[in-house]
Amino acid sequence: MTSASKKMLMDPFSDNNPITVQVLGICSALAVTVKLDTAVVMTLALTSVVTLSNVVISLLRNIIPPGIRMIVEMAVIASLVIIADQLLKAFLFDISKQLSVFVGLIITNCIVMGRAEAFALQNPPGASFLDGFGNGIGYGIILIAVAAIREFLGFGTLYGRQILPESYMGNGLALLAPGAFIILGLLIWLQRTISKYVEE
Amino acid sequence: MDLVSLAVESIFIQNILLAYFLGMCSFLACSKKVDTAIGLGFAVIFVLTITVPTNWAIHHFLLRKGALAWISPSFSSLDLSFLNFICFIATIASMVQLVEMVLDKFFPKLYHALGIFLPLITVNCAILGGSLFMVERKYTAIESVVYGFSSGVGWLLAIAAMAAIRKKLRYSHLPDGLKGLGITMIMTGLMAMGFMCFAGIDMKKKPEQSSVPVKEMAEKQHPGN
Repeated sequence: MTSASKKMLMDPFSDNNPITVQVLGICSALAVTVKLDTAVVMTLALTSVVTLSNVVISLLRNIIPPGIRMIVEMAVIASLVIIADQLLKAFLFDISKQLSVFVGLIITNCIVMGRAEAFALQNPPGASFLDGFGNGIGYGIILIAVAAIREFLGFGTLYGRQILPESYMGNGLALLAPGAFIILGLLIWLQRTISKYVEE
Repeated sequence: MDLVSLAVESIFIQNILLAYFLGMCSFLACSKKVDTAIGLGFAVIFVLTITVPTNWAIHHFLLRKGALAWISPSFSSLDLSFLNFICFIATIASMVQLVEMVLDKFFPKLYHALGIFLPLITVNCAILGGSLFMVERKYTAIESVVYGFSSGVGWLLAIAAMAAIRKKLRYSHLPDGLKGLGITMIMTGLMAMGFMCFAGIDMKKKPEQSSVPVKEMAEKQHPGN
């Protein structure tokens, strides 16, 4: 693997993370992170949608008329999301119920649209594949970190396994919306301190 | 009364932004100035009030299971609801375009006030989320109008408040990594906590606790009726 393609793949993990640095796709990062299993499934769904949509749009990039490119992108993404949703309903029905509307909301997840617009339209399919995959995983890292903290504090479990003793009462705040906001805020602080990114 | 409680619930208790995290991207990007925040908020109210009922009609008459039975009875087992996503997003995109043209023609003042925000709204997840929740919670036509309008109002409330807070935050001294996004998330968390206090408001009728004894008493007093 050349250093350029390695950079393409690894950059979104930390230095150019889609959530903490590019500020894209925050909605689902908060909503599906009550437990680890939903976060993992959501990561898989989003990574496959963003990777495939990047590849498809990159393949089409020379024949899409610039005036209607948004509509074409939207149609590609929406069809991929429908496939992902149907697959989840077929094989992981319980988790798909818990994710409720948030699978559908991958359509308006800014990461997918943003990568299609900013990267796939100018680059060949191979590079777009790496970029999409890297961004999906970069999103997943934050998602899984938030979910692990919330599940641990909220239920005392990790991935459904009891970690803290049964007598642990559970911290309700971590499970509610405010807890999600505050934990993600603190994670962003941590990540930006490590990568020395300063917003003016 | 049910409609009022639905409105109060979706403005305060189940605020679409603070409880369901929808529309976070534009919330974070556009809450730096109070004026832009309010402009965007009104655009969201406008578009949500139009698209949720429109999508309700599309779902109810075309896509849900058995919806096409009015064409011929043989279609009654047809379930097109997997097309929900793509139809909803297409409706939203075209409604936004339509609203833009109508405003430009008849209300140019409002059109200029909303400016660039109208087209941006197409990709605001609060709009698509509103339509998807409408399907999931099985609202009726009138409920979907009320729901669309009041979740828009809730969103406006949240973004206007956040813009005002960020204006004050500009003068405070923060650690480098916390500037911008980090502190905004934490402030939103505190705001969400504040909004949770509204959960104590219960507008729904108590399940027949007070009305039943009154009825029984009335029957005892007038046994003939």
